Amino acid sequence: MTIVVEGKNIKRDYHVGGGLFRGARTVHAVKGVSFSVEKGKTLAIVGESGCGKSTLARIITLIDPATSGELFIDGNKVDIAKHGLSKEMRRKVQIVFQNPYGSLNPRQKIGDVLGEPLLINTDKSAEERRDLAMKMLKKVGLGPEHYNRYPHMFSGGQRQRIAIARALMLNPSLLVLDEPVSALDLSVQAQVLNLLADLQDEFQLTYVFISHDLSVVRYIADDVMVMYFGEAVEYGSREAVFSDPKHAYTKTLFAATPRADVASIKARLAKKKAA
Amino acid sequence: MALLDIQNLVVEFQTASGPFRAVDGVSLHVDEREVLAIVGESGSGKSVSMLAVMGLLPWTAKVTADKMSFGGRDLLKLGPAERRKIVGKDMSMIFQEPMASLNPCFAVGFQIEEVLRFHMGMDKTQRRARAIELLQQVGIPEPAERLNSFPHQMSGGQCQRVMIAIAIACNPKLLIADEPTTALDVTIQKQILDLLVSLQAKYGMGLIMITHNMGVVAETADRVIVQYKGRKMEEADVLSLFESPKSNYTRALLSALPENAVGDRLPTVSDMLFEPAPSGASA
Repeated sequence: MTIVVEGKNIKRDYHVGGGLFRGARTVHAVKGVSFSVEKGKTLAIVGESGCGKSTLARIITLIDPATSGELFIDGNKVDIAKHGLSKEMRRKVQIVFQNPYGSLNPRQKIGDVLGEPLLINTDKSAEERRDLAMKMLKKVGLGPEHYNRYPHMFSGGQRQRIAIARALMLNPSLLVLDEPVSALDLSVQAQVLNLLADLQDEFQLTYVFISHDLSVVRYIADDVMVMYFGEAVEYGSREAVFSDPKHAYTKTLFAATPRADVASIKARLAKKKAA
Repeated sequence: MALLDIQNLVVEFQTASGPFRAVDGVSLHVDEREVLAIVGESGSGKSVSMLAVMGLLPWTAKVTADKMSFGGRDLLKLGPAERRKIVGKDMSMIFQEPMASLNPCFAVGFQIEEVLRFHMGMDKTQRRARAIELLQQVGIPEPAERLNSFPHQMSGGQCQRVMIAIAIACNPKLLIADEPTTALDVTIQKQILDLLVSLQAKYGMGLIMITHNMGVVAETADRVIVQYKGRKMEEADVLSLFESPKSNYTRALLSALPENAVGDRLPTVSDMLFEPAPSGASA
């Protein structure tokens, strides 16, 4: 299998400037994380807020450069701090953000939202862009009638579909999904997860899926990485991580996940009665 | 007698395109020492019905009900001044976004003491002592120092704890928690849920938990009401709801949980719900 994305000992520091009352300091957001994802597979990154998972997502998406470490995409070493970002690299990696209410421009029609990546990164004509956008709308379960509408006319689930469609317009090989379903209702969440699974099959997409919801991760991931304070404390196949968590934090995480099965409800009610 | 008793609650909003019915004939009751969960997706009217009970809806909303009584008092007949004496004291609410529901301009201590001043008429030293006690109860370390912190200096979980402290400041009989953990991480969610349930048991409050997370329901509730498009689809105790859901909608919701996935695809609500049949499905 070909490896689509690989990171070796990636670190990222942020320098927080000092002010009148406090000195400058350095925040180590990501402290040396290594990973690799094969084509068509999903790596899930799990952790609480502030553990550096979104920073890592920004590094993989080539938005922020890493402070040190090496990032390979399709076998080529990428360093946007030194060489900048080529259009070709931008086409290979795309991202879907957490909040579909914030990630779409309210004054831009859906057709323009989908056409813009093509306008910037390719030299396709307006007609071609329109055709591709229409096709993509159908792929994500929307229709041509949505082409001229504005984001406020859509529900959260539909907006997330639009955000996914926008990310797919350039036929990327790698899609970074930063908590794509955490802002959605349970029923809509299931639809979006199904859509992601279908698209992965169809385009042989590679996903880096960031989440703090373990039940979603268990459903969608092939490999799981658990991050805690900027470090990868656990990294392995889904089966290995879920059946035999090694690190104390992973165990805490599992214990904190609410269980919705009948046995655990019975146990809780019995405990309550006894108390 | 039920602590809160609502019969046939209807909430309508006046919109440009005519009246919109957000809550359509919901009846519910909560007893003392009981945890009721109201489940539904966004737009199902679960928050609106509770805001109607609290009297926090804007003037465009029209609230009608056959009965809406709280602790033996008829909420429909109360004037605004009378109602303000109840809301925040005997009946209080925790909102979804802790960061957004605290006032960023005031220290959290002031915001806790505000309730105590208004409802309990305590003097300055009493208020301060009680505020420290409250912060301690909700598990904030160094409560005396934290009173002077502003919301932006605290994490999301800590802000939610402050919200809970404000809500329980006057020992309410009924606590309404509107998606109290949606904005929080799982580990913090667990802590907040444990805190809410332990406070509920300690003070014998009635607790209404509004959520769309079935896991939260399973971990906290005694009884569950499932709402869809403003109507009550099902009401059952928590065990029978998960064991043998009666309405199609509940069944669809439960099967949409990722942990219940069979094979590669998740069943979605629309797969299972060919037609929302509210009249036939309501229990």
